[in-house]
Amino acid sequence: MKPLLGYGGLLAISLLLPLLAPAYQSQLAFLWVMVVLALTWDLLGGQMGYNSFGNIVFFGVGMYACAIVQRDAGLAYFPGLFIGMACGAAIAVAAAALLGAGILGLRGHYFAIATLGLGVAAGELASGWEFVGAGGGMVPPLFPGAVGGRERFFYYLCFAIAAITFPVLRWLYRGRFGLALNAIRDDEDKAEAMGLHTTRYKATAWCISALFLGLAGGAVGNLTGFIDPREVAFAGSTYGVWMVLMAILGGKGTLWGPVLGAVIFHLTKELFWTYLLGWQRVALGLLIVVIVIFFPLGILGWARQKWPERFGQRVEAA
Amino acid sequence: MTPILEVRGVRKSFGGVVANREVTLSVPEGKIHGLIGPNGSGKTTLFGCIAGSHPIDHGSIRFQGREISALRTAQIARLGLLRTFQQTRTYVKMTCLQNMLISIPAAALGWGGLFRKSTPADERKAEELLEFVGLFPKRHLRAGDLSFGQQKLLEFAMALMSEPRMLLLDEPTAGINPTLIEGLLDRLRRVNRERGVTLLVIEHNMRAIMGLAEYIYCLAHGELLAEGKPEEIRSDQRVIDAYLGAQ
Amino acid sequence: MENLRLLFEAPLLPVQLLLDGVLIGAIFALAALGMSLVWGVMGIINVAQGELVMLGGYAAYFLYRAGVHPLFGVPLAALLLYLLGWALYRTLIFRVVDQDLFISILATFGLSILLQQLANAFFGADVRTAESGFGTLVLLGGALTISRIKLVAFAAAVVTGTALVLFLKTSRMGQAIRATSQNARAARVMGVDTDRVYARTFAINAAICGASGALVAMTWVVHPYLGLPYTIRSFMIVIIAGLGAVHAVLASAVALGIAENFAGFIFGAEYQAAFVFALLVGILVARRFWLARQRRYLA
Repeated sequence: MKPLLGYGGLLAISLLLPLLAPAYQSQLAFLWVMVVLALTWDLLGGQMGYNSFGNIVFFGVGMYACAIVQRDAGLAYFPGLFIGMACGAAIAVAAAALLGAGILGLRGHYFAIATLGLGVAAGELASGWEFVGAGGGMVPPLFPGAVGGRERFFYYLCFAIAAITFPVLRWLYRGRFGLALNAIRDDEDKAEAMGLHTTRYKATAWCISALFLGLAGGAVGNLTGFIDPREVAFAGSTYGVWMVLMAILGGKGTLWGPVLGAVIFHLTKELFWTYLLGWQRVALGLLIVVIVIFFPLGILGWARQKWPERFGQRVEAA
Repeated sequence: MTPILEVRGVRKSFGGVVANREVTLSVPEGKIHGLIGPNGSGKTTLFGCIAGSHPIDHGSIRFQGREISALRTAQIARLGLLRTFQQTRTYVKMTCLQNMLISIPAAALGWGGLFRKSTPADERKAEELLEFVGLFPKRHLRAGDLSFGQQKLLEFAMALMSEPRMLLLDEPTAGINPTLIEGLLDRLRRVNRERGVTLLVIEHNMRAIMGLAEYIYCLAHGELLAEGKPEEIRSDQRVIDAYLGAQ
Repeated sequence: MENLRLLFEAPLLPVQLLLDGVLIGAIFALAALGMSLVWGVMGIINVAQGELVMLGGYAAYFLYRAGVHPLFGVPLAALLLYLLGWALYRTLIFRVVDQDLFISILATFGLSILLQQLANAFFGADVRTAESGFGTLVLLGGALTISRIKLVAFAAAVVTGTALVLFLKTSRMGQAIRATSQNARAARVMGVDTDRVYARTFAINAAICGASGALVAMTWVVHPYLGLPYTIRSFMIVIIAGLGAVHAVLASAVALGIAENFAGFIFGAEYQAAFVFALLVGILVARRFWLARQRRYLA
């Protein structure tokens, strides 16, 4: 009963938030985007031990696909947006399946560097491709509603994506899927030797990650109102880095860690970023170095190490 | 009786070093066979060849009559031929119980099995097997927090969890507290007798292997040096020389 | 695709591209040698490799502005970067040497962002170059042109590479470095101060990158964001060549230089960067399938 109460409370607060703080609706919408980014990164990076620097690809693919549908399908705003998001997610999943077939066979640092290359290559390709506006980017159609309605609408849209992502991942982690991902993280050769369908798990995990990233991408493209190939869609130096940082900060390989990390990071960012006067990205680099070297377990990982019994690790009498 | 595992003329070299040279051996269904030999004689390499960890240069490896020398590790494991590792490998950041639950036989699971929940029956079976190897009280500890010997037992239990037809055990008694070795050997025999699991065991502990196996193969310098019943091996001059390092 | 036809119609054009490719390949080889060294000895893949190149470029640029001839700027940039590399090891890198591989990748990744953004904050995003004033060599009545600086850069790269190999082969420190790369624990038991070896290795790597960067600044331009392609190129060269194979590093660096030049010409310069990254992914994937056939993995 207790967790149900907790989730209910959280849901109520989240639904009421835009009414309580109407001035911050779009920042709060981005909060949910951050949660989705951190959660989907952690699905591979934390749970499966495949540290991807290229998840941003699916975010960008979803964003562009959605915008193209909105531009070319000739639909009204809302059908266009929703169908666009669905297409974006579908294409992102297809891209994940296709890329995964080649890249997920790489281990450790090879995977990390390959995905790093993938993310940048996608941005470079998009900024040279006329069909998607090349370096000039794309502008999604204008929101038809009243002033202020746009922010509220996208707040709820982003919240909905997060509110689907979280329980789906929670459900996955509780079953064999989660165990298999953890097994691959701990010792992939052993998992193979035990007969696990490792390739299948890895590909599925990447596709699920891509699905939610694609959805989020479609929403963010419209929320930002402008799609720049390198700075918004395939923004390796912002979203791409943030998702890694948030998941590690909160505690990678845990369900709540990425959520926690996303909330802390986003709030800190929104509160203090403006005081940094152009040094934001310097601070970001420094933050990564410091967190990775001095706090690699993250908040929840640290808590688990300090109080293992609370996390169910205990010796029991037979 | 037809052999469950048949290795014929297997050769494996790493660069210029020949680790296995025309090795031929077979293990009948339901038996316990031993594989001995001095350090560096190619025992673990042979296990790797059988279990699909590396390709063989030539030769044939048949499991239940089926050629497996071109299959990959996971496929071979799903056929029911499983190996354990000399340097024990478990999923160190997962609890013992989780280690067990992920080890249910993967062969029967289709795409839907990807997302299945562990059933109470799975959990019962996991707990029984943990009880069997004496790790039940530690089932909620992380595997990485166990001692080396305990991890070895856990690895053994995980192998049993996946209901293999045959197990390749790489030095099961190494690193185990000497007072517990007899108990472990007894468990191996019970697994063989009660569950019908065929065993091929690499072992350095001569007393243990002589008491456990019905038939023993001895490798030296990558070649099959001798084979026979334990008492024959024990008195075989070539085996004694190989162990004492005589030429 | 009309560029492709041009390649066949103008017989000297491919030669020109080839020549340019060979010359720039030597510059790539330097950064790759450094990466190979750090990877082999310390077990770290330095994602900030390209940023060291970039900083070397800035060092050469500012020396040039201060009136130092770019050619003398190369050793000076190497020296400055040597000190920086040493400082980076003593503050950061030593903490990740014995850690989980991903920690080192992520830490150096953070470092790369940090250096990049610091350069942006201090030096500005403008594109700069250190003009050598060497002019251009015109061959065959204008059909082939080679900017002399590329020749100089090529020679300098070869000299630096040779010096590195000689240093590793003959000097006491070089021997310690090689011993550590083969078995750090054994080296430690035999009395090698591995911490010092690591510090030197990383500093030497930074110095090589610095020299490479100075050559980049003379040949082309520097800006704060040029790092990542150099990291990627180095990584690509090292995985093709294998660790510790100097000749192979040189050969694959030259091959990459040629491939890149041709690709830049055929697809257009705006896709050259995309080509580098896509090539990396392609090579890794091809290697994986090749290894999987042998039941092996990249690990």
